[in-house]
Amino acid sequence: MNSFLYGMLVGLVAGLVIALAALVGVWAERKVSARIQLRYGPQESGWFGLLQTLADTIKLVLKEDITPTQADVPIFRMAPLLVFVPCAAALSVIPFATGWAPFNIASSTLFFLAVPALSVIGVLVAGWSSRNTYASIGGIRGATQMISYELPRTISVLALCVLAGSVSAVGVHDAFRWWWLPVNAIGFLVYFIASIAELNRGPFDLPEAESELVAGYFADYSGIRWAIFMMVEYGGMVAASLFGTAVFFGGGLGVRGPLGAVIYAAIAASIAFAMLWVKWTYPRMRPDQLMNLAWKVLTPMALVQLMLAGIFAAVIS
Amino acid sequence: MTLEELQHRLADLSPVLAPLFSLEFGDAVIGVEHDKIVATAEELKSIGFDRLGMVTAVDRGEFFTMVYRLQSRSLTSAIFMKTKVDRDDARIDSLCGVWPAANWQEREVFDLFGIVFEGHPDLRRIMLPDDFVGHPLRKDYDDPRVIKRPDYI
Amino acid sequence: MTLQVESRSATISEDGLPVEELIVNVGPSHPSTHGVGRVVVHLDGDVVVKADMIVGYLHRGIEKMAENRTYLQIVPLTDRLDYVGSMYANWAYCRTVERLAGIRVPERAEYLRVITCELQRIASHMMGIGSAAGDTGATTMFMYAFDVRDRVIEFFEELCGARLTYNYVRPGGVSFDTPEGWTDRVLRYTAAVRADLDEMDKLFFGNSIARGRMKGIGVLSAEDAIAWGASGPTARGSGVVWDLRKHDPYSVYPRMEFDVIVGDNGDAYDRNRVRLLECYESARIIEQAIAQMSPGPVKADGLARLIAPPPGDAYDHIESARGSLGVYLVADGSPRPYRMKVRSPAFCNLALLPVLAVGHTFADLIVVLGSLDPVFGEVDR
Repeated sequence: MNSFLYGMLVGLVAGLVIALAALVGVWAERKVSARIQLRYGPQESGWFGLLQTLADTIKLVLKEDITPTQADVPIFRMAPLLVFVPCAAALSVIPFATGWAPFNIASSTLFFLAVPALSVIGVLVAGWSSRNTYASIGGIRGATQMISYELPRTISVLALCVLAGSVSAVGVHDAFRWWWLPVNAIGFLVYFIASIAELNRGPFDLPEAESELVAGYFADYSGIRWAIFMMVEYGGMVAASLFGTAVFFGGGLGVRGPLGAVIYAAIAASIAFAMLWVKWTYPRMRPDQLMNLAWKVLTPMALVQLMLAGIFAAVIS
Repeated sequence: MTLEELQHRLADLSPVLAPLFSLEFGDAVIGVEHDKIVATAEELKSIGFDRLGMVTAVDRGEFFTMVYRLQSRSLTSAIFMKTKVDRDDARIDSLCGVWPAANWQEREVFDLFGIVFEGHPDLRRIMLPDDFVGHPLRKDYDDPRVIKRPDYI
Repeated sequence: MTLQVESRSATISEDGLPVEELIVNVGPSHPSTHGVGRVVVHLDGDVVVKADMIVGYLHRGIEKMAENRTYLQIVPLTDRLDYVGSMYANWAYCRTVERLAGIRVPERAEYLRVITCELQRIASHMMGIGSAAGDTGATTMFMYAFDVRDRVIEFFEELCGARLTYNYVRPGGVSFDTPEGWTDRVLRYTAAVRADLDEMDKLFFGNSIARGRMKGIGVLSAEDAIAWGASGPTARGSGVVWDLRKHDPYSVYPRMEFDVIVGDNGDAYDRNRVRLLECYESARIIEQAIAQMSPGPVKADGLARLIAPPPGDAYDHIESARGSLGVYLVADGSPRPYRMKVRSPAFCNLALLPVLAVGHTFADLIVVLGSLDPVFGEVDR
């Protein structure tokens, strides 16, 4: 197929996957948080409230499109896309089967880790273009958080690349060995925590929940524009879970065929569930404690993991 | 500590205050002169009344009665300190220097009665809006919106 | 939006670099469920330089209204003072009226007052801890605390018909005797609530993020607590051993065995934890009270419909969930009081906020406010 058409197809599918991830993700979050909090969650619309998110999306789509007059309008309108597109692009390099990813680039792990960094620009721009002091501060805080946590995340995945001898995600996926599980345990923990922080979720959602005290970076967004930010959050969660499963657990733990696919899906779902679980159990961290955690705890842990991986790789070869 | 014991204790500790002591309705009361309020408060604090519990005023027509209630953990008893404030020139010394607890309570009395506390670090209205006219807890506060219940209830 | 930039105040120069102080307005409607209070915060970067607490948004003139109502008609007014703990607000008022008028309350009524007040204390502390947890983002803890509170409120609904403002404790006794089986249900509840409290202790107070948010924040020394007139868990968190139930006992508390919970450091963590641990003691007191209670009348004999105490004034107080709640009544012989003054513990404790918040970051201000546990109905009256 013409590569341009193929690219468009992958982009479309990635966008739909993010939308679907948001639909299911919001439902899952509401059900999981409800059960943790001794409540039921959505029950009325559809079986087990499955159609609830659809109802909410229809409501959001029908809302009036409000753009503040003082905002920088073209950039204001572009910001949600700036956040959405890198996430969709990142989804396209995740290996879904042995030797196959929608885009099998030679340096796809770095692609996956670096391209969502462009969303940081989207977050900054969203806050800045609202021309609202508190949105800007929220945007800057969000951007700082996302940048700080990229470092431990990248180093933890690089440890795997060292073990696999390849920077391509497909290469790492195919090179999985069972003893990678204990060796990379620290790295996985760092990756998990750093991913939650990247997504502005869970205990690290001060830029958003700061909207309790201060307006967050998407305060002036309403309706479908706000929904796009939310979609990216859940889409990012799904992307992080899938990528984490693919590289840390070798997809289906090296098992081939349909059983492998089932194991892959199960592990990815567990990681996503754990992200939801963590959010509703822990209180929020303060910004300075957040930065502390990134630079003084996670980065050293990731470096230790890198050294460990290097030692094992040298011993094996 | 019972009230008789308190009276004896006070007589021992402060001959100045002992004569001012009285019993009203089962509570120990010290009635002081208007201008001796800070001195009496400091004296009581040095004896052992380390907590200021309540500051309030009662509008008695020709004058206001300022009522202070002091508590002592060591003496395990409480005492009232009462003084009169002239209605036309409603001023009294503030006790903020003796107990910081007086700060907000005196602001409240200022707000609702109009008694000015001299020496208070930050005397502004606390309950009512800053541009409110009048002092509602005074008996002569007249507002057509106040509903009076009939006396036969 | 709850937050607006009001103005940028004058520049303060430091090392030749001009620095502006930011003035930020929090409230009067905030999402953290403390009620209506407004804090005008002066920030230097992220650090609070000055926090001015402005109250009065819920001022209804209850003290003025009381001058126009008979002693029995004032009881519903006291409900609405500390609406999170109406039982003990009623009780403080009724004690003062009984002192003025010389009314003796029957024993069963005293026990019922103690039982309902201790149940109310559990409910109120759950509200306090729950909102404090919700401020830091632990929504789950908020829900668990409210589950415990909701069961107490259901007991009150069975007892007197209302979930929030009970009008239950009246001068001379209480208004209704317990329905059948009520005390057994309460005993089952107190047996079960300890496990829930343990779970909450581990979930929130054992959590390292929660500890990081609350430890060392808003430290109040014992001397300051006494000098500023703080009472209740706010003072006990700083190590001040003072509980009116033990040190100035009233009603049937001398017959109960319980401990006074005291904290060590006086920070937000200790204040909140004292509240949680007091719930265990309340459960103990309820069990003892139910065991000691015997059948009898719940209203004083021969009580006039219009209570008209002889002229004079009296003050009486109780240990409410927030501190020492006192009512000062001046009677003039008529069926209406000449003056009613409520000594509100939340008001006196809240005066500490401008002092405790200085030097902390902005996010900590909300944590300090939560740890002081104000209820604005009582603060503003």
